[in-house]
Amino acid sequence: MSEILQIQGVFAGYGGGDILRGMDLNLEEGTITCIVGPNGAGKSTVMRVVSGVLHPRRGEVRFLGERIDQLSPKQILETGIVQVPQNRSLFPAMTVEENVRLGGYILNDKQLMERRLAEVAEMFPIVKERGKDKAGSLSGGQQKLVEFARGLMLDPKLVLLDEPSMGLEPRILGQVFGTMVEMCRRGRTILLVEQNARQGLESSDRGVVMESGRVLLDGPAKDVLADERIGDLYLGGHVH
Amino acid sequence: MKRNRMGLIALIAVVAAVVYPFVFSSTEATTIVFYALLYVAIASSWNIIGGFTGYISLGHAAFFGLGAYTIALVADHLGIPGGYGLFLVALLGGVVAALFAVPMGFIALRLRTIHSFVIVTIAYLFMFQLLAFNLLGVTNGSSGLAIPQPNWSGAFFNMPFYFAALVLAVLTVLLAYWIRNSRFGLGLLAIRDDEDKAAGVGVDTWKHKFAAYIISAVPIGIAGAIYAYFSSYIYPQTVFDPMIDLTIVLSAFLGGMGTLLGPILGAFILQPAQQLLTFYTGAAGWDLVLFGVLFLVVILLMPSGIVPTIVERTRRARVREAVQKADETVPTPDANPAAGGGPR
Amino acid sequence: MNLVFGSVVLGILSGGIYALMAVGLTLSFGVLEVINIAQGMLVVVGAYLSFALESYWHIDPLLGLLITIPTLFLLGFGIEWAFLRPLKQDRVALSILVTYAVALILEGLMGLWFGDNFVAIHAWYVDAAINVFGLYIADIYLIGFALAIVLLGAVYLLLYRSKFGAALRATVQNREAAVLIGIDVQRISTLTFAIATGLTAAGGMLFGATTAFNANSMLDLISRLLMIIILGGMGSMGGALVASLIMLVSVDVVSVAYTPTWSTFVFFALTVVVMVVRPQGLFGAPPARKV
Ligand SMILES: Nc1ncnc2c1ncn2[C@@H]1O[C@H](COP(=O)(O)OP(=O)(O)O)[C@@H](O)[C@H]1O
Ligand SMILES: [Mg+2]
Repeated sequence: MSEILQIQGVFAGYGGGDILRGMDLNLEEGTITCIVGPNGAGKSTVMRVVSGVLHPRRGEVRFLGERIDQLSPKQILETGIVQVPQNRSLFPAMTVEENVRLGGYILNDKQLMERRLAEVAEMFPIVKERGKDKAGSLSGGQQKLVEFARGLMLDPKLVLLDEPSMGLEPRILGQVFGTMVEMCRRGRTILLVEQNARQGLESSDRGVVMESGRVLLDGPAKDVLADERIGDLYLGGHVH
Repeated sequence: MKRNRMGLIALIAVVAAVVYPFVFSSTEATTIVFYALLYVAIASSWNIIGGFTGYISLGHAAFFGLGAYTIALVADHLGIPGGYGLFLVALLGGVVAALFAVPMGFIALRLRTIHSFVIVTIAYLFMFQLLAFNLLGVTNGSSGLAIPQPNWSGAFFNMPFYFAALVLAVLTVLLAYWIRNSRFGLGLLAIRDDEDKAAGVGVDTWKHKFAAYIISAVPIGIAGAIYAYFSSYIYPQTVFDPMIDLTIVLSAFLGGMGTLLGPILGAFILQPAQQLLTFYTGAAGWDLVLFGVLFLVVILLMPSGIVPTIVERTRRARVREAVQKADETVPTPDANPAAGGGPR
Repeated sequence: MNLVFGSVVLGILSGGIYALMAVGLTLSFGVLEVINIAQGMLVVVGAYLSFALESYWHIDPLLGLLITIPTLFLLGFGIEWAFLRPLKQDRVALSILVTYAVALILEGLMGLWFGDNFVAIHAWYVDAAINVFGLYIADIYLIGFALAIVLLGAVYLLLYRSKFGAALRATVQNREAAVLIGIDVQRISTLTFAIATGLTAAGGMLFGATTAFNANSMLDLISRLLMIIILGGMGSMGGALVASLIMLVSVDVVSVAYTPTWSTFVFFALTVVVMVVRPQGLFGAPPARKV
């Protein structure tokens, strides 16, 4: 096992002060790591730093040993990292197929694009079944799956999933998390952020608890799940 | 303590404004400050909707024009001669503006997105300009209307106008101050921050915006009437003038949108600058070019306006000082000064 | 009756021309989320350029587009790069102020160069007219309509048949997601604004050939163009086209059947009423979720 991603001493924010204050995190290749923590802890900010949307003010991010913290989002995609963001992220007025193809926007090889599309469609039948429908007409859960499919068009090594369960009916959560586990089984490393901490941790190898821009607790997912301090954090972390 | 100091500064400013025309009594000197005061009232009033809630109206010049036409028409129809009485009629300009603001605000504020709001307010201005041009029987169209003039003479002529503008400016700033510090004002600021969240915590966003829109029309209507009286003659294109809106927004913005001091400062910088510019360039086109350039430079250099920029700079300087002091005694590498709250 | 029919035809033809002027506005709104108050002035700049080429160097206005379109493309590129790109916070307010300032500067410059006399662009097809079913129509309206259709068609193809277009639409529909799939949103924004401004050169030439204008015409233009894109639904290209047709047909019909004095007012009032019933405009998406 080797470390695929290393985040070290990262400070980052949006211009009005630091949100991440000394964030450290290393990911093992081929595992699922789940970050939990209260709203506003900076979980999404970690994702944005890794995907290059936000550059850290201090500290470094390494992917496969190389510094990536000053690369553009496009360059980071090229290294093999894909982010599926927290909000719905499909282009609602485009068809499902167009959306998935756009996942390969940076590919210049037409044949490669077609091959990837076929591979992705094999794993996600909905890409073919609803291919010609507008993405906006799909249910929330279906949209999430299409977002996953779009993310796989670049055959990434590391997939960042920011609260994939948000706003979905409990009924289909199993499918969403199952798909995630399947992606991991096929050799991808996954960094997951979940409000729905129990279910997130249950599907993961490792659990990380964040608070105020730092890591509070880090260990095997089942230990984190068993830690009684987690209970308090849930209360802090739930909106409703 | 801080509040007392601000109060003292305000008092000094008002006293200075009262004394000014007696020290500098030439027509030119009083005219310039008269316009600046008028725009203090206009911009501060606009700020109640545009600055506090973030709903940028580009059509408030419609209220200015409504006030102007109100005084001209009322004076004409009731045969009121020039004199102090016409200042009372100017108040009617505010009433008429408020009456029109009701349906106008009702429609524009239904539009949920700020972009559509902005555009509809622009449309209002042009609709009123068209009405003023076209309703020949009422407005005399492009020939304009005269306002009866008082028989004050010489340098004294400006005095009553000057003081009318001063009173209007002071009252408007007080109104804005009062709103800013009330529950109502808190609701308005919450709307600017995040309208959905504001609604989520129980602010009746619709009522707040609607009320702010109507209130903000009143002083502008009065200002339009005073302006009309002062300039003795009005035309559709001079009182329903998009440049007025631009000047309002720019004044509020220059000083700092949503702050109390901003529009005051902005008006006092912009009005004299504009008049001098027109005076020295002869309005041939250079005035527009220079005005535009000035305005671009300011926006690009100080995207949050003068007051917030200065507040922010002094706050940072203070924090730096404090951190330095702390460093001298106990070295704290983790001092994180930037995380405090923003300027008020 | 015949008069009304004629005004409908004329309204449709000039509606096409207005669509060409409005499409730039709606495109840059969609992609940059900017209300470009300078659009009216850019139309006038396009018109003056064609006017200058024709009157000083006798370059045919249609041929002159080969010069004016690239010129305005570069102007748009510069405006976006220098003035819009730096705006990070408060984009709604600041973009209005910035583009208004740009409009004033251009208005001042045009006034200095060309004075404030009204001028019009001349060409043989501006002065000639043909008889269509007993109706005399100046050739320029037919040429203008055809040109508008060709250019709007080209924009359509660019948007729906090219990779750039896909990236542009993606940016409009979900900016954050567009960044995350590797679209350079800044580059798309600059190019979109430049293309929008370049198209405006063609709109400006047609405007100047069908209407006498001076630098001050920008106010009248921007108010009409804003009404068009708000009626059509902000950001919608089809909406801009349909709204242009509705506007020009209604204005022309009211002019002929009732009085020209009230024609523009009727359209403005109509639009405001439509907004009450349908706040998102005819073709606009219902209020979008916040990103
Ligand atoms: N685009 C942004 N601009 C400014 N502040 C932001 C932005 N996004 C998030 N924040 C702030 O950063 C903090 C952490 O946000 P985030 O990383 O989204 O938290 P989480 O995902 O853990 O709920 C919050 O206080 C939030 O208000
Ligand atoms: Mg988050």
